[in-house]
This record gives sequence, structure tokens and C-alpha cells, in this order.
Amino acid sequence: MISQRTLTMITHRSIEEGIAMEKGKQSREYFDACSVIEMNDLDMLRMGIEEDSPVRVVSECGEVVVTAIIGIQELPPGMCHIRQGVWANQIVPIRTQSTGVPQYSGFPVTVTPAPELQVRSARDLICESVGMWREDGENS
Amino acid sequence: MVKILEGIGCPYCGCSCDDVRVVVSDDGKKILEVENACAIGTEIFLQATNHERITRPRLRQPDGSFSEISYEEAIDFAAKAILNAKKPLMYGFGSTTCEAQRAAAQLMEIGCGILDNCASICHGPSLMAFFDNGHPTCTLGEVKNRADVILYWGANPVHAHPRHMSRYAIYPLGFFKGNGFTERTVIVVDPRKTDTAGVADYHLQIKQGHDYDLLNAFRMVLYGYESDIPEMVAGIPKQSILEVSKILKGAKFGVCFFGMGLTHTDGRNHNVDIAISLMRDLNAVSKWSIMAMRGHFNIAGPNRVWCWTYGFPYCVDLTKGDYAHMNPGETSTIDLASRDEIDLFINIGTDAAAHFPIDAVKKLKKHTWITIDPNVSMAAEIADLHIPVGISGVEVPGIVYRMDNVPIQYRKVIDMPEGMLSDEEVLTGIANRLEELILEKAKICSPDSSEPISLESVICT
Ligand code: SF4
Repeated sequence: MISQRTLTMITHRSIEEGIAMEKGKQSREYFDACSVIEMNDLDMLRMGIEEDSPVRVVSECGEVVVTAIIGIQELPPGMCHIRQGVWANQIVPIRTQSTGVPQYSGFPVTVTPAPELQVRSARDLICESVGMWREDGENS
Repeated sequence: MVKILEGIGCPYCGCSCDDVRVVVSDDGKKILEVENACAIGTEIFLQATNHERITRPRLRQPDGSFSEISYEEAIDFAAKAILNAKKPLMYGFGSTTCEAQRAAAQLMEIGCGILDNCASICHGPSLMAFFDNGHPTCTLGEVKNRADVILYWGANPVHAHPRHMSRYAIYPLGFFKGNGFTERTVIVVDPRKTDTAGVADYHLQIKQGHDYDLLNAFRMVLYGYESDIPEMVAGIPKQSILEVSKILKGAKFGVCFFGMGLTHTDGRNHNVDIAISLMRDLNAVSKWSIMAMRGHFNIAGPNRVWCWTYGFPYCVDLTKGDYAHMNPGETSTIDLASRDEIDLFINIGTDAAAHFPIDAVKKLKKHTWITIDPNVSMAAEIADLHIPVGISGVEVPGIVYRMDNVPIQYRKVIDMPEGMLSDEEVLTGIANRLEELILEKAKICSPDSSEPISLESVICT
């Protein structure tokens, strides 16, 4: 069993994300819609990843913990998808090929099971990144 | 008595559906029901009056908390921040009206900053390809009435533009297509078996990032070099390429809709460039148009407004004072952020904190960050100043450009909460205050001048 393998990441819209975004980025719906990685079922089996369990996704520029699910829209082996939003953007490379558009799709990531880790909220991720996170949870 | 409003425009995606029916409570304050819109459109209307709104500007305090201030104080803070910044950047505009986009242009012209919109991180490469290679396009009305072959390339309208297929492209009964979808062939090119691919007649499951290769293969067929095509291109068997080529050539009126699958991946503008070239080749034997699936609400608007103002659709650099220039890669928001060139970031009508790569957010947040937005978005959460405004398309009427660049007049559905301002009013207020500050500063610098000082003579000095 291989527990780590390089996959190609894409990040796109989904209707779940669209509806949840209107409910608010701090809503439970947005968390449920966007803090998941969709994967090919055979890849998950090969990599020892259980459905609905946390995984650590690492790219060339960062990492994020998200929940692994089998692709709701089927993905070919070797490809994974995090819906556009706060979690995806923790690992999207900033390089733009001189066009202004970052590499939102088609960048390599490694995915490893991380049952001991917790998926963090959108606000925590952003506030911590920009130095506004406080341990008492009173992020402001 | 409840009020029933017909023919309302939906302020969510580039489809700009303007057939929505909204039921408003008798006091005109609450939206009760929404008909005809898709699930996302319905949610945006219902959410507008469903929760506690922030109705006054909030300024970050030294202890990290927000405290409420008046609109006048917020406008003064923003004007002073622009005056003191060397390179201010105003970015966003997806959820604003064209009237606000015009006001923003006027403000950044006085403030000598950079104007950019969300095209910069979505269809910017498409606009670059249009400059390079032209843009054979049409309106969505023509698609509905005439199109017999629909090609979705790297686009997933079921999820991103839920009514695109039912209102414009596949299912509607058009003037020359009276039998709707039975008279149309649908081809989807996507590496995933998306829900859009699920309704297609042909799904070409392309290898991610190899769009250029496949587009090139189609061109080779059209130029008569099919024997030189390898057995497999971009994960697609030659046989399928030849079969689909026949359909493309045989179309009476075909339309290619393309999305982020082309612009977010390797190749960017070059993918769109060759897609346009394929259309040109196809137009020698049939009739084809191409259209970008513009994502959010009025995201096509700033491109139009700034083109007629400056000649450039996005990444407009006004820091030189007397002329504008545009150079994606140099004057684009993400590149400016990655080089840490911006010392004031104004986020308007979008959520840069949630939708930029986090490295860009970190760089921008090193300096003053102002957010102008009706919602408590992530960009509002981390802002130094958050100015809430009325919701464009729901509380604020105005012009909106649909994805095919047809302008649509949006009407007001309900009133803004008492005492709130629209984004156009806020931007105009900041521009007026900035003008005063610049003239005051000029007077202090040359107190003996007997000539009246004009704004033009002191801007960007
Ligand atoms: S398709 Fe787009 S514009 Fe039309 S109702 Fe849905 S979200 Fe609104």
C-alpha cells in the first residue's frame, strides 16, 4: 500500500460552493462544501485513505488539511479536486506565467492520510496566515 | 399586500437571468419568495434580507477589534489612505454596477493608483487572446435561436452557470430550433466526468493541461493533415477526434463556450488563442462563434467601462498620472502582490482574501487593507476598514453586462437598510474628499501662489 503519491490538483467551482458562499463564508454549509478534497476511489484505496477522513495535502507552496471524499463528479486516477475557496487557496501556487492568473489548476500535490489532524475553519486559516490569529479563539 | 416583482435580474452569475419573479413583504423590507432563479440565484435573494446586516462602517482598533464609525469618517480615512499611498490598488467589482465602476475609475485617476477587476484571475487570459487573435462572437439570443452544435470546453455550466443550458444553449425552443435539445449536438471537453459531461452527446475526457494539443489536432484535421495525427492526442483516441471534427465541420451554427479549464491551467491565454484560431478555420467551412463563460454577475462590466474610459479592460495602471497603461504580469494584482509593490489595497465587490492564493493575501495584508462590500466576507474580516454598502442588483439598481456583453438594466427589489450608501455613493464621496485634500496640500506647499490651483496641475505630483 502506497500512502503517498503525487496527484494533479485542480480547483473549480461547484453548485454546493455557490449556494454555501451566499450563506456566508463562516457558515457550516461553506465549511462542508469547500473543506473537502474529491479523489478517485481507486487512488484512495491505493493510498490507504478512508472516506470522510482528514488528509494532509501539500503543494510546492503550502499545505492544508481537508476531508477526503470520493469525487462527486468522477475524477480520473491521478487527479484530485478541491472546490475553489479558502482551503484550496492555501496550496494554490502564486505563479502566473505573466498573465495575472495564478496556477489554480494543474499543479502537483501529495496527499497523505492524517487522521490525527483537524480540518480548520476558514476564518482561522486566513486570520492565522495574516497574523491575526489568537489562541483564545477570539480572532478578530 | 405582498408586492410581486416580475422581470428582475439575478445578481449572481454571468448568465444575468432577467426573468426572475420576486415576492416582497408588504412593508417592502423582506424578500419572501423567489421564482425562476436557480438554487444559487434563489439563495442570493433570500439571504439579502435573511440575516443581521452590518449597516455602518467599522474601523480596526489598536487592540484588534472593530469599532463602528460614520460614513463620513470612513470616507475621510479612505481618502487619506489613498493620498498617502505610493501605489494604491483597487480590485474586484464582480458585484458592482457599471455606475460604481465608472466612479472607481474617476477615483483612481485622481488617486493615481491601479484599477483591476476579477478578470485578472479568471478570464484575463481570454481578453489577452482576444487582443492577439480577434474574437468571433455572438449574443446568447443568437445561440438560443440558431445554434445546432454546442461545444463546452473546460466549462461546467451545471455547477457554475446553472441556467445556461436551459435558458440559452441547449434546451430552449429557439426561432430556428423549435424542437430545442433534440436539434442540438452537445460536445463537452473536460478531464472530469462533470455533470455537464453527463448530458453531452460526446464527452472528450482530455488529459489535464493538454488542451492546446487537442485544439491543434482539430486544426490539423481541418488542414488535411489527419494522417499525421498520432493514435492518441491528449488522452483522446484519433478516431474520436476525427468523429468530432466531422460534427464541428458540419455545424450550421456552432458555438464554443470555454471556461476556467483553459485559462487557469498551463498555457493560459495561448489555449484561448488556439481555440479562436480553430474557430477561424471552422468558419471557412461552416459558421462558428466563441464565448467566454464569464463567471460572476457583472464581471464583464468593468472591462467595458474601462475600455471606453482608457482603452484597457483590466490591470489599468494610472500611477503615471497623465496616461494609462496595461501589462498583465506587471500591472496585474497577483503579480503586484507577489512583488510586494502595493501599499494600499482596496477590495470592492469581491472577496480577495478567500479567492487569492494565500501568499498573495499575506503580502497585501502587510499594508492597509480596505474592504467595500455588503457582506462580512473574509476580506471584510481581515480589513483595517470595512465599508458596508447596498447589494447591487437587489438594493442598488444599475447597468450590468451579461457574459455576451449585452448590457442589462437591473432594477431595485428592496430598499437598503436605513442610512446606508451604495458603492457608487461611497466611491464618489472618497473622490470628492480626495480632491479637497489634494488641493489643501497644494495650497500649503505654495502659500504665495496668486493663481487658483487646478486639480489637474497637482495630481500625482
Ligand atoms: S443561472 Fe446565474 S444568473 Fe441565472 S438564476 Fe442562476 S445564478 Fe442567477
